[in-house]
Amino acid sequence: MQMLGKHLLSAGDLDRAQALMILDTTAELATVTERSVKKLPTLRGRTVVNLFFEDSTRTRLSFELAAKRLSADVITFSAKGSSVSKGESLKDTALTLEAMGADAVIVRHGASGAPYRLATAGWIDGSVINAGDGTHEHPTQALLDAYTLRSHICGGQGDLQGVHVVIVGDVLHSRVARSNVLLLHTLGAEVTLVAPPTLIPLGVESWPCSVSYHLDDALMQADAVMMLRVQAERMAGSYFPSTLEYSRLYGLDAPRLELLKDRAIVMHPGPMNRGLEISADVADSSRAVIVEQVANGVNVRMACLYLLLGGAGSQAGGD
Amino acid sequence: MGAIVLRGGAPYGLDPHDIVIDDGVITAMMPSNQAGSNALDGEGVELELDASGCTVIPGLVDLHTHLREPGREDAETIATGSQAAAMGGFTCVHAMANTSPVADTAGVVEQVWRRGVEAGIVDVRPVGAVTVGLKGEQLAELGAMAASAASVRVFSDDGLCVHDPLLMRRALEYVKTFDGVVAQHAQDPRLTEAAQMNEGALSARLGLAGWPAVAEEAIIARDVLLAEHVGSRLHVCHVSTAGSVEVIRWAKARGIPVTAEVTPHHLLLTEELVESFDPIYKVNPPLRRAKDVHALREAVVEGTIDIIATDHAPHPREDKDCEWAAAAMGMVGLETALGITVEVFIESGLLTWRDIADRMSTIPARIGQVPDQGMPIAPGSAANITVWDPSAQGPLEVDALVGKSGNSPYLGQRMPGTIRHVLFRGRPTVVDGALA
Ligand SMILES: [Zn+2]
Repeated sequence: MQMLGKHLLSAGDLDRAQALMILDTTAELATVTERSVKKLPTLRGRTVVNLFFEDSTRTRLSFELAAKRLSADVITFSAKGSSVSKGESLKDTALTLEAMGADAVIVRHGASGAPYRLATAGWIDGSVINAGDGTHEHPTQALLDAYTLRSHICGGQGDLQGVHVVIVGDVLHSRVARSNVLLLHTLGAEVTLVAPPTLIPLGVESWPCSVSYHLDDALMQADAVMMLRVQAERMAGSYFPSTLEYSRLYGLDAPRLELLKDRAIVMHPGPMNRGLEISADVADSSRAVIVEQVANGVNVRMACLYLLLGGAGSQAGGD
Repeated sequence: MGAIVLRGGAPYGLDPHDIVIDDGVITAMMPSNQAGSNALDGEGVELELDASGCTVIPGLVDLHTHLREPGREDAETIATGSQAAAMGGFTCVHAMANTSPVADTAGVVEQVWRRGVEAGIVDVRPVGAVTVGLKGEQLAELGAMAASAASVRVFSDDGLCVHDPLLMRRALEYVKTFDGVVAQHAQDPRLTEAAQMNEGALSARLGLAGWPAVAEEAIIARDVLLAEHVGSRLHVCHVSTAGSVEVIRWAKARGIPVTAEVTPHHLLLTEELVESFDPIYKVNPPLRRAKDVHALREAVVEGTIDIIATDHAPHPREDKDCEWAAAAMGMVGLETALGITVEVFIESGLLTWRDIADRMSTIPARIGQVPDQGMPIAPGSAANITVWDPSAQGPLEVDALVGKSGNSPYLGQRMPGTIRHVLFRGRPTVVDGALA
C-alpha cells in the first residue's frame, strides 16, 4: 500500500494513487460509522491537537469528531483574535504542543503558509495537517469535495476522469478553490473557474484549469457547480461595484439552475451568504449536496488521520 | 602611528604591489618582488600586512544601510552595524532614516553621525528623511540636515515611498540648494497594500498577496520625468524588475540625471525561494523572477544600474521566527555583499575588479558626495582599502555575521572568498579576517 507523506499541507502533495487511497479509505470508514459502531480503536493513546488561530467552528468540530471516532486524545487550542497577529505566538504555541507530545497538529491559520512553518521550522515533531491557511489551501475540503463528487457522479468509485466542475466566485481569496483545482486535476476532472477578472489571481494561466468570466456559458457544461463564499467587504476593495451586480452576474439562482444538466449537483464549502453567491431556493433545492459535504467531511478527515498517523501501519501489524 | 605596508596584494586584481600607507594616505606603491621593494622594510614601518594572493580595492561605500539606531537597538546599533560593515569590506555606510525617532531633524542626524564617529571604524553618513516622520505629508528640514555637522546629502523616506507627486517634485527641487539627492524607495502604496511577494504565477499558487512590478516601475517612470522637468538629480533605491531597468535606461538615454542601485540579493535570489514560506526570504521589494535577475545583472554590466547597495536590514530572531505574513521584511547584507558580487560578476567574467570598485566604492561615494571615499588605489589617495582573499572559500558560518542580527539567506552557502584586511583612513579595522 502506498503511504502518505508525514504531513498533509497541500492538495498538490497528493498523487493520484494517494488521493484515491484517501477516498477509498473514507468509503470504508463511512460504512463503519454508518453501522452502530461509531468508534474505532485505531488511534488509542495518540494525541491529536486542533490548533485554530482562526475561528471556524464547523471545520474544528469536523476534525474533533474525526479524531474522537478514531479514539485519539483530542486537545483543542483556539487562539482567537488579535493576540495572533504578531507571529511569535505560532512558535510558542508549537513549542507548548511539542512538550505535550502531540502526534498530529491540525492547524487553521489566517496566514498563508503557517502550516508549512509548523512542519518545517523544527519546532515540532508530529504530523501537520493543514485545516486552511490564509488564502492558500484547504486540502481536506478538496478531499471531501472530491469524495462527494465521486459518490454522486462516478458511482463512488475510481477517479473523476471526465467530470466537469465549475468553481464560481472569489477565487483570488479562496483556499478552497486552490486546493480543489489541484486535487480535481490530479483525479482527472476538468475544472473551469468563473469569476469577475478582479477575483481571479494574476498568474492563473499556470493552473491546470480554464477560466471564464461568464457564468451562464460555463453552467451548461457542468456536472457540478461549486459556489464560493463571497464576502460583501470585497466591494470596498473595488473587486466589484455592488453586491447586487455581483449576484446578478455570478450568483446562482433558480433561473440559472435550469441551465444545468439534469443530474448536475450544486456544492458550497460553507458558510453560505444566501442571497449573494447563492439564492436560498438553490441552497435548499434537491440538487444541493451541501449538507452531505459536511457529513463527508468527518469521514474524509478520519481517513486522513488514520493514514497519516500510521493507521495503515498498525493494520499491517494486525492491530 | 608609523607606516603600514600592505604586501603582495594585487590592486584591482592586476599585478601584485606593496603599498605603503602613512598618516591615513597611500604614500607609495611598487610592484612586489622588485629590486628596491625591500627599502620599504625598516624603522618607520609599524605594521606589515600580508596581502599575497589577494585583490586590493578601494574601501566599499554602501549607499543603503539600516543601522536601526536610534529605536531598534535590539536589531542593530551604529556600533555593531559599523563592525558588520568593516567585516564586509566597507569603509563608509549611509544610515537610512527610518529609525525611531526618524532622522528628520538636524538633531537626530547629528546624533547618528556622532555615534558613527565614536564607533570609528567606518564613515557613518546619515541619510535624512524627505518628509517629517516619513509620513509623506510635509518636507522635513532638509536644509538644516544638510548644514548640520552630519552634512547630509542623501535624503530618503526609505521603507516608504514619497508617493505624493507634488511633494516629490518639491523635494527634488529643494535639494538643489546643496546639491543633494533624493533616493526614492519606489513602491506605489495603493498597488502594494498588504503585499507579501512578487505578483505572478507563484503568488497565485501560494495565496500570498502580490507586489506587482508595475508598482515599482510606475513610480520610477513618474520620478524620472519629474527629475527631468525640474532638472534635479534622482537616485532610485533597490531596483528589482526588468521593467524598471528599461525605464531607467530610457531616462539615461534621454539625459535625465538619474542613478540607480540594486542589492546583492536581487542579483542572485529568485521568488521560488518563497515556496518554503521561510520568512528569511521576505524582503522589500520582494525577490523577483529569474528574468528580472538576468535583466538586473545586465543593467549593472552596462551601467544602467550604477551601483550595488546592500539594503542591510537587520531584524531580531523573533521577527523572522514566525509565519510569513507576520514576519519583518529584510535581510542583513553588509558581510556578504562583496562575496555575492564576486560570485555573480567576477567568477562569471561579467565584470573586472575595476568595475566592481566603481560600482561599490567610487560611484556610491560620488552619489553620496563623501569626501575621501571611493578614491583609487594610488599614491595620494586616502587610505580606505579593502583586501579580498579569494582562497578563503567556504560555507557562510553564522559567526561570520558580526552584526547583531543573523537574518542572512546565505547561511551555509558557499562564499567565493572573504575579506582579509580593511584599512579605514589608514587604520586597520579588519586584520586577517577579524576585527582589529
Ligand atoms: Zn527600501
